[in-house]
Amino acid sequence: MSKRTLKSTSTVKPGARGKAGGRAKAPIQAVSRNIKVDALARVEGEGALYVRVKDDVIEDIKFRIFEPPRFFEAFLRGRIYSDAPDITARICGICPIAYQMGASQAMEQALGVTVTGPLRDLRRLIYCGEWIESHVLHAAMLHAPDFLGLQDALQLAKDDPEIVETALKLKKLGNTIIEVIGGRAAHPINLKVGGFYRAPRKEKIRELIEPLKWAIDAAIGVAKVFGGFEFPDYEDDYTCVSLRHPDEYAIHEGRIVSNRGLDIPVADFHKHFKEEHVRHSNALHGMMMDGTVYLTGPNARYNNNYAQLSKLAKRVAKDIGLGKTCNNLYQSILVRMVETVYACEEAIRLAEAYEEPDESCVAVTPRRGVGAGCTEAPRGICFHRYELDDEGRIVAARIQAPTSQNQPQIERDLRGVVGANLRLSDEDLKWRCEQTIRNYDPCISCATHFLKFTIDRE
Amino acid sequence: MAGTGILVLGIGNRFRHDDGVGPVIAERLEASGIATRVESGEGAELMEAWQGFPHVVLVDAASSGAAAGTLHRFEAAETRLPTGLFHYSSHLFSVAEAIEMARILGRLPGRMTVYGIEGRDFSYGEGLSVEVAAAADVAEAEIRALVAAGRG
Repeated sequence: MSKRTLKSTSTVKPGARGKAGGRAKAPIQAVSRNIKVDALARVEGEGALYVRVKDDVIEDIKFRIFEPPRFFEAFLRGRIYSDAPDITARICGICPIAYQMGASQAMEQALGVTVTGPLRDLRRLIYCGEWIESHVLHAAMLHAPDFLGLQDALQLAKDDPEIVETALKLKKLGNTIIEVIGGRAAHPINLKVGGFYRAPRKEKIRELIEPLKWAIDAAIGVAKVFGGFEFPDYEDDYTCVSLRHPDEYAIHEGRIVSNRGLDIPVADFHKHFKEEHVRHSNALHGMMMDGTVYLTGPNARYNNNYAQLSKLAKRVAKDIGLGKTCNNLYQSILVRMVETVYACEEAIRLAEAYEEPDESCVAVTPRRGVGAGCTEAPRGICFHRYELDDEGRIVAARIQAPTSQNQPQIERDLRGVVGANLRLSDEDLKWRCEQTIRNYDPCISCATHFLKFTIDRE
Repeated sequence: MAGTGILVLGIGNRFRHDDGVGPVIAERLEASGIATRVESGEGAELMEAWQGFPHVVLVDAASSGAAAGTLHRFEAAETRLPTGLFHYSSHLFSVAEAIEMARILGRLPGRMTVYGIEGRDFSYGEGLSVEVAAAADVAEAEIRALVAAGRG
């Protein structure tokens, strides 16, 4: 790949970034800037950005989600427990597994059953498929153009058709894993509370192994190309929240932990985390009970669970310039590729060990109960909680998607990034802001893809 | 796969009124034994769907500001699609972007006939508006002629 530098970096003089007193030409009169992005591209859903700066002081920053609320929790009320996985899968076309599995696990907890053995392995395997397709799609097609000064993946394909071909093939393999286990790639139909409607045939699972071996090398190749990007210099001391599992790099099960010592069972989520409504967003803002803003997603997982990555994944991380923690979220593109390598390896391990189970699911008897489930969606922890009545009908539902949890942290990053880059032109600052939002691979929802960006410089 | 080597791809969501025109036409043609597929419009999937077919007819609802029922026709292998004609999909790329990506990567079929049918009503619900239903009949007849010519 031809290495190109992001255009906007050229407008930053060395040493000028972030230094309030370093101006060569101090403005005599008040300078106000309004930067607006009405519709952000290369994200899922409808969102906008507004920044107002006066005399180099940030007066306002809003990451607005104006997509209308979707009322999934209300749809679920009154329905039987077994409807939840299929209905919640519709929340997202990119990460339906996260919703199906979180809902299933919550129901299983409420109904007192546990899914183990080959059925558990199948769940982890299909989740690997989701990580692969989602991570590669975002990293290669949506995020990489930011680092190359390109508008979109089409330009990237002209520049480097090989990397786009590889990415498409990797994404396709992720989809194939979901199809083989889940019946189809978008909104799979084979997952249920207790396991699966039908266990996939052993030979179908084994057929995934050879392509996955190719995928490991392919993902490493892509990771190395991305490792050559120039990354804007911005870090925060993130409060990283993720799952952690004693035996494995947590994907679909675990306790909720943070790098500040939090370690709780999933069921206690609401004792430590809350959601607040803010006027400028139709998605609730997630935060900890004391108001702490936190990060969830690839970098949070990497920082919390690095030790549990495979040897190969750690080596790739080192080779592309990552340490044992990564607090520069522009490098989330690298962390996603490291996790992709890991997911491919893990998928091979699971596929090689797979034997068809006698039963495709654990039997479930409806009853009254409360249950919570949480998995690591590609974008971060996705939490579900349901209350069931005596017949197993849903009385109450709560679902917290990763992007709503990340929103306050996205705004905090934007504040920091704008503050450190006031020397950039409006156009370059706008680009940098969009890039900052895309660090999170925000899944604003499954609607049109545009974001509105406004910067007011008064 | 297909006897004639022609695949008709119907793009859209039949539960959003006029957005369903592609799937509606595909369904009618399928009843006559023509190879069809219905897709949501996600670009990566589309590029997979048309692989192996020398001639692909793609039908999608359009939203360019023209009068409802306007029939836009393109030979995509010969000309670039005007941008802004089709709805952006929620995902990686829309129909137009998928076609451009395929062109760059050398993955376009030898012939790709694109029908864009200007919609009026993209709200929730089933059924086409009168203008779009009329345009759908015209498009359907033209596609049948294309298939017949291919068979001949």
